[in-house]
Amino acid sequence: MDSFIVISLIKIVLVFAVLMTTLAYLQWVERKVIAHIQVRPGPYRVGPHGLLQPLADVIKLITKEDLLPHYVNRPLYVAAPFIAVTMSLLSISVIPFGPTIEVAGYKTSMQLTDLNIGVLFVLAVSSMGVYGIALAGWSSNNKYSLLGGLRSSAQMISYELPLSMAIASPLLISNTLSLRDLVGTQAGNLWHWNLFHGWQYVSFIVFLIAGFAETNRVPFDLPEAENELVAGFHTEYSSMKFASFFMAEYANMITVSCMAVVLFLGGWVAPWPAEYGSRFVPVIVFAAAGLIALYHGAHAARKRDMYSLPVVGVCFLITAAIFLLPMVQAWLLPLFWFLAKTGAILFAFIWVRGTLPRFRYDQLMGFAWKTLFPVAVANLLVTGLVVALVS
Amino acid sequence: MAQVPVSWFLSLSAVLFVLGVAGFVFRRNIITVFMSIELMLNAVNLSFVTFAYQRQAVDAHLFVFFVMVVAAAEAAVGLAIILTVFKNRATLNIDEVDSMKN
Amino acid sequence: MDVILFLIFAAIAVVAAINVVVQTHPISSAVSLIGVMGSLAVLYLLLGAEFIAAAQVIVYAGAVMVLFVFVIMLLNAGAEARVGRSFVASLLGAPVLIALLAVLAWVVERIYPRGTTVHFGGFTGGSAQAVGRALFTTYLLPFEITSILVLIAIIGAVVLARKEID
Repeated sequence: MDSFIVISLIKIVLVFAVLMTTLAYLQWVERKVIAHIQVRPGPYRVGPHGLLQPLADVIKLITKEDLLPHYVNRPLYVAAPFIAVTMSLLSISVIPFGPTIEVAGYKTSMQLTDLNIGVLFVLAVSSMGVYGIALAGWSSNNKYSLLGGLRSSAQMISYELPLSMAIASPLLISNTLSLRDLVGTQAGNLWHWNLFHGWQYVSFIVFLIAGFAETNRVPFDLPEAENELVAGFHTEYSSMKFASFFMAEYANMITVSCMAVVLFLGGWVAPWPAEYGSRFVPVIVFAAAGLIALYHGAHAARKRDMYSLPVVGVCFLITAAIFLLPMVQAWLLPLFWFLAKTGAILFAFIWVRGTLPRFRYDQLMGFAWKTLFPVAVANLLVTGLVVALVS
Repeated sequence: MAQVPVSWFLSLSAVLFVLGVAGFVFRRNIITVFMSIELMLNAVNLSFVTFAYQRQAVDAHLFVFFVMVVAAAEAAVGLAIILTVFKNRATLNIDEVDSMKN
Repeated sequence: MDVILFLIFAAIAVVAAINVVVQTHPISSAVSLIGVMGSLAVLYLLLGAEFIAAAQVIVYAGAVMVLFVFVIMLLNAGAEARVGRSFVASLLGAPVLIALLAVLAWVVERIYPRGTTVHFGGFTGGSAQAVGRALFTTYLLPFEITSILVLIAIIGAVVLARKEID
């Protein structure tokens, strides 16, 4: 019992630290990717390649004056960012990052906890996340905030329906609600993933679109668009409370990506088994990245790249070497595949943000109820029919 | 004693039910009255789930499921009615919605 | 351990329920009712009803109460004014309710002696599989009828809340 508590505490601290760092650097990745889509460099002054930009942003947000206007509904105003952040961080606790591993003699799984209603837990927590935004809009005592809060909450609950239907389809195939068992049913290789083996292409796309809308990302980000509603529901918030809403949005993005990977893309299962050579894929990827960085460091376009790019190249080569060590391959390889797939979906999120224009609110709601929901229900019916006929 | 007596759960359900009745009888705002009805339904759900535990059968969970579905349908229609009443009378005080009296 | 959990969440439920009834502004009552539903979901988990606990949070706390919060925000009617109440109600109200509570508690204590206890893990039949199996075999007819009921409710709500096209 004691070792269970100690191991769980260690896992919580580890996941929390990694998650917080990822949230900060996800913002850096987003700014860089959108900048390169728009053919401009993005942050590159604060630290090498702008890597210290998130740190500067955090310092700025913490040291700003934390206003508490007198006309707001004080308990709800203070509670709303808490609710938003708590609910978005809570759903990470059931996501499996890898298989059961053995560390220093203790067997533990690379997951904070495995509930046998894991999928329902994630849905429940995301339903509760709506309150953070609705109460923020209401308590700010400001017409723009109220409108932004109402629109955003209505959008989130409307898109929860296609999201749930899109989640139900691979569940019919995998026959379990536990996230660990979901990955277990997709074990083997690429053709066992729910996306390919179960022909879940439609529900994957529906899930991603509904995921975009749930997290208030472009093209569904009208409720927080700056040129539409001042700043939507977080107009009256400053400093850390404002930062909380952004953290909540990025954490929701990470949750949706992780759920897409676990439900459709096979979680931490490699495309082909490790003994047939897929254990060399990370080595090749990182070695190639290191060599490219070293090459560009040698022919640097900017003077400071002469020093920063070779350092980056050497770091990548060291990472490639770490992947060759047999003792860490048991847990590092599944983690690599999980993070690679999640990273691909997060890149898709950022790519869409840099490319598509925004929907108008009535177009957005019409799309949810008149197009996406019927498609999701039809997909669920067809999946159910096929499962019933085949088994 | 590391175990909770079943009667404690039922007493909690009774307390919540009586609080719901108190809200229903004493409050004048339509929406608060409606929320007290939801509180009463939740108290009854707790009783059902306790009975499911006591009888070691899952059937009472199904009752709770149906109560939740009916409560959701009732909330949707009830709130639509409240919106219409507010549109016509501009008040949420149930004492003032008495145009059929006398 | 189970006793501590029960006492904490029962206390939260009762305090939040009192808050629902006592608060003047409907939005505070709504947020307190969400608290009641959350603590009841934890009590359902203690009783082994995992699917019902998840359904409580998803459907009740996450959808029905959002509907309430929306309507309160849209109507923006403000806090309730304390207008005149009937003298009989304020005199007899609290004692009658306490009497009702006492009768219920006495009946409960008589029927369920101290022996039957609840501990976490005492009932394992509340999983999604068990509920699903019962729902689609024994209780199929009520399931289909409630789906028609929900359809009627949707149509009713749409008809009541739509704008007249002039």
